[in-house]
Amino acid sequence: MKTNLAGPAAELRITNLVKRFGTAAAGANNFMAVDNVSLTVPPGSFFAMLGPSGCGKTTTLRMVAGLEQPTSGEILLNGKDITHLKPYHRPVNTVFQNYALFPHLTVHENVAFGLRRKGEPDIAKRVDAMLELVQLNDFGARRPAQLSGGQQQRVALARALINAPQVLLLDEPLGALDLKLRRQMQLELKRIQTEVSTTFRPVPPDQEEAMTMADTIAVMRHGRVEQLASPVDLYERPATAFVANFLGKSNLLEGRVTGTDGALLLVETHGVALRLPAANRPATTTNDLLVGVRPEKLHMAAAGAQLPASHNKLQATVTDSSFMGVSTQYVVRTAWQQELTVFTQNLGVDGMRARDTAVQLHWDPQHTFAVPRTGALPETEEET
Amino acid sequence: MSTVPARRGLLSGTRWMPYALLLPGLLWLALFFVTPILTLLSTSLQEGSISTGFRLTWRIANYTDAFWNYREQFGRSILYASLSTLLALVICYPLAYFIAFRAGRYKNLMLLIVVAPFFTSFLIRTLSWKIILADSGFVVRVFQTLGLLPAGGRLLATSVAVVAGITYNFLPFMTLPLYTSLERLDASLIEAAGDLYAGPVTAFFKVTFPLSMPGVVAGTLLTFIPAAGDYINVRFLGTPAQYMLGNVIDSRFLAVLDYPTAAALSITLMFTILVLVGLYVRRAGTEDLV
Amino acid sequence: MAQAIAPLPAAASPHRPASHQPALLFRVWRAITRNLVVFYAFLALLYIYLPVIVVVIFSFNDNTGRYNFTWQGFTLKSWLNPCGVSGLCPAMVKSLQLAALSTLGATLLGTMIAFAIVRHRFSGRTATNVLIFMPMATPEIVMASSLLALFLNLGIPTGFGTILIGHILFNISYVVVTVKARLQGMNSSLEEAAMDLYANEWHTFHKITLPLVTPGIISAALLAFALSFDDFIVANFNSGNVVTFPMFVWGAAQRGVPPQINVMGAAMFIVALGLALASLAMQRRSA
Repeated sequence: MKTNLAGPAAELRITNLVKRFGTAAAGANNFMAVDNVSLTVPPGSFFAMLGPSGCGKTTTLRMVAGLEQPTSGEILLNGKDITHLKPYHRPVNTVFQNYALFPHLTVHENVAFGLRRKGEPDIAKRVDAMLELVQLNDFGARRPAQLSGGQQQRVALARALINAPQVLLLDEPLGALDLKLRRQMQLELKRIQTEVSTTFRPVPPDQEEAMTMADTIAVMRHGRVEQLASPVDLYERPATAFVANFLGKSNLLEGRVTGTDGALLLVETHGVALRLPAANRPATTTNDLLVGVRPEKLHMAAAGAQLPASHNKLQATVTDSSFMGVSTQYVVRTAWQQELTVFTQNLGVDGMRARDTAVQLHWDPQHTFAVPRTGALPETEEET
Repeated sequence: MSTVPARRGLLSGTRWMPYALLLPGLLWLALFFVTPILTLLSTSLQEGSISTGFRLTWRIANYTDAFWNYREQFGRSILYASLSTLLALVICYPLAYFIAFRAGRYKNLMLLIVVAPFFTSFLIRTLSWKIILADSGFVVRVFQTLGLLPAGGRLLATSVAVVAGITYNFLPFMTLPLYTSLERLDASLIEAAGDLYAGPVTAFFKVTFPLSMPGVVAGTLLTFIPAAGDYINVRFLGTPAQYMLGNVIDSRFLAVLDYPTAAALSITLMFTILVLVGLYVRRAGTEDLV
Repeated sequence: MAQAIAPLPAAASPHRPASHQPALLFRVWRAITRNLVVFYAFLALLYIYLPVIVVVIFSFNDNTGRYNFTWQGFTLKSWLNPCGVSGLCPAMVKSLQLAALSTLGATLLGTMIAFAIVRHRFSGRTATNVLIFMPMATPEIVMASSLLALFLNLGIPTGFGTILIGHILFNISYVVVTVKARLQGMNSSLEEAAMDLYANEWHTFHKITLPLVTPGIISAALLAFALSFDDFIVANFNSGNVVTFPMFVWGAAQRGVPPQINVMGAAMFIVALGLALASLAMQRRSA
């Protein structure tokens, strides 16, 4: 649609950003909210930040908006240093988590707020066009309290977008909506983004949402970026045990590198030899690592059945199963008493496997990833 | 105590901004509250008379003398104030409960209707009670017919009339805090208590009442403090036999011009109330009043 | 969220017939108490309104004696001639002036303090809170007598100015508490949103903060006005030869109460009720 709705999308570059709350003097109050974060968001991209609550994503976003002053580090927009600019001097707009619509102003006045402050022309016409874009043409005279949650959110979005920001920040804006509305808004956001080609930088509340919407995702934890990658890479080749379990579920096995076989890395885990692409080896100095495989990549076969020769193989016993319609989730126990999760698709071939049945697990080495053992967590102990 | 803001807001402005905002008001309080109290303290330790002048002699005996001479009035102030506070609580709690839970969309209207009468002047209200409780008035006649009052018995000029007047005059100070805390209360909590086999009485005493404690504490304090210092109700509805400490301070200060005694009584009243309030607030466990 | 109904083994089931009884009893009791509360509220309202009704009735009394305590016949003459008693209307004007000025002063000073407390960090927070709480925990007579002690000691003649000082003093704390409550209930992300939308500090304050805090400031001002207008004790101690309306009533109570005082009382009630109803109607319309 109209390109004048948004300014030219800009590259956002964050370098060594640090935010420390509390006094500079060391103490229990001294809390590192954001710990040396560096990342680059390409122009026009849809960028998402993920992580448990308190991981620093909202603080990072507030620093980009200018609502919080970084302790150190730089924020560059198209090469221009905006780190210490006041929020009202930045070509950046935010959609707040609770929308923060002005309750004493009408929808029209809310959307016009930014343009009025900037003293721009044709305000009424542009507000009407923007309200049309978010399909709220008839609601201009209403107050925010008279709108539904979804409508309020569209007002918040319109109010930010009308200023043609070079970067649009979304702070868990869909968090308060129910699932159906959320899907609708996701599609709408995508559509609007394509229309106005602004750099979006949302912080979606859940993983699934981030996966659907974003081109690039940064997973944050304890104020640091754990991994910055496309959704596919994040899922298939997580860089840390935390990422492996934060986005979906992973089976992680302690292993040790024993050698290579062409493009494949040989790993021994509890006496079992496994193979994985050598490219997936984490950049660590030790040979100790965690071998990972997603539950849906695991195949389950009866004990003694013939298996593809190239596959990795494990012996296990079924300890629990739950039928979930399209799939069945099994919990199996290995010879060394570790519990693994297996999703099998309900193809109607095998039938349910009973408890205590001995089974063989096997999977393609290409579906195997590896993460460093340091900082490994068995589960995401700080789930959102 | 009160919550500390989590972060320095964007609008905080400069470092000296809060002090600039606080200065005029706090200066006013320091000049016209703290220094007067200190002056009062100094006056209370002086000796002399209006004709010979007063000198600061640090006479602690002013306190013991004043307290001993006016112990009855002092006791009556505390007694009448406590009785009135208790009565006001009993009268206002159901009323506030009714407005909060049963008045539906007419909540605000009901609240206004309850508070509106208190916009007629305090003294006019009290004079009105004088008419209502007059010896020939219908209240006395009804009481006499019902046998609650002997023939020729009276209400006016008794401690009953004084306590009734004090109770009445400070009702809004009790109703408003009670209403505020009850209104905030989630009605589903009471239903949940009922669902969990709490009888209505148990539900009230285990759930509703404890949760409305902040309102009870605020309301009783806002009623007790002015009630303990009141002397208008006694003047209109009672006789010197019902005089409270306020009457003594008033006459010592303005009629007898015995400033040291009046000052000693004022200081005693102030500190008694502060100690009582402090103990009460600590017991009630709600210190978040300011 | 999915709803789940999990049937429990009989022994643990709360739905045994025997336990229907408390629920039934509860409902019956609640029906009784509900109406009891209504009945009780009605009685309480009657108690609250009795003096006002008397005030209004006696404002129409065709009073001939000194005391307006017994009914002698209906007349409109007091209403048609409210200033007919010497000194009444000048006292009324004095009280209105005092209330207006002290409201202005206390609202300004108190609102500034409330902003500092809620929106700023500063050292001496506890001391500030104590200083604000103390006047509310001090009976008016102590405040009144301490002010008089100060003025006597400094040789300052008492009069309009000294009453005003006292009224601003006892109003400040109430303004702070009222405005503070409103400010604390305000979401600070609204101001952040305004700044994000190109409003500088001044515009943010002017366009967002102030309009949103105004209802709190208005209720604080109304409270201050009412407290000042109704004050007798502080004025009585520090008035010099100025006579405020409550002081006039006090004097009249010793000498004889003219029905005009009831006219004023009734008028105050009607004006207050009218203003309150009007604001309520406006609230309802804008909501």
